Amino acid sequence: MSLTNVFNIAGTGMNAQSVRLNTTASNLANAETVSSSIDQTYKARKPWFSVLEKQWDQVDGLNRKLDIRSQVGDGVQVRGIIESDAPLQKRFEPTHPMADEEGYVLYPNVNVVEEMTDMMSSSRSYQMNVEMMKTAKQMLQRTLTLGQ
Amino acid sequence: MSALGFANSLGIHPQTLQLRASRAEVLANNLANSDTPNFKARDFDFNKVLEGESHRSLGMNITNKDHLAGKIQTDENLMFRNPYQPSIDGNTVDSQMEQTFYTDNALRYNSSFQFLNGKFTGLKGAIKGQ
Repeated sequence: MSLTNVFNIAGTGMNAQSVRLNTTASNLANAETVSSSIDQTYKARKPWFSVLEKQWDQVDGLNRKLDIRSQVGDGVQVRGIIESDAPLQKRFEPTHPMADEEGYVLYPNVNVVEEMTDMMSSSRSYQMNVEMMKTAKQMLQRTLTLGQ
Repeated sequence: MSALGFANSLGIHPQTLQLRASRAEVLANNLANSDTPNFKARDFDFNKVLEGESHRSLGMNITNKDHLAGKIQTDENLMFRNPYQPSIDGNTVDSQMEQTFYTDNALRYNSSFQFLNGKFTGLKGAIKGQ
């Protein structure tokens, strides 16, 4: 039934957006985490979204071809978390306890403004998925009253 | 044509309801992927597909139990949407538009449901002889 699938799709959307919000939180919390070596410095993390393709294990080839929804995915999936390769910020702070021999400390490549807009965007998308689920729920509940 | 029997008395409404539910899924997928890079929003021409549904009797003859039933509804009906505002990551989902379509679709689902429910109420009345 298609309408119950809307629940799954909205669920994947909410999951993806919460992962995105989590990375944003992690990035913002670590925006000022300094280090003296490139390897140890925190790098901005971003989720990698892609379409969740339909699972066709139970459906035979013919029905697959005839079904209008066969090309449509089953929502969104988080393929992984990617660390940003943007250059780290090197600041000259000789008095800093983490400074290297030349007096530099490395700050993460987190763009705070970008993270804030990302946060707003993911929060909006999350809300949108919730609304979508709400509408599907109303439609299903309505269907249950058929013939009453 | 007699109004007796489900196929005749319910009219087009069961198919409409089913197709509305299918479209809800397609649109839900668009909305869920509003932040997926390179995702292309899709939709189908509702009237065209419904036309295919209602003329299902034009399908193939079945003279043997192994024959396959013809069905006009196919993949080709699923089309890509033309974006109003192209985005830099290749995503063509316009959240506002998709949300409008989704709500509109839900509303039309409810109206189709209302018609179908009316048909059932009528049938029930006929059964009870009221």
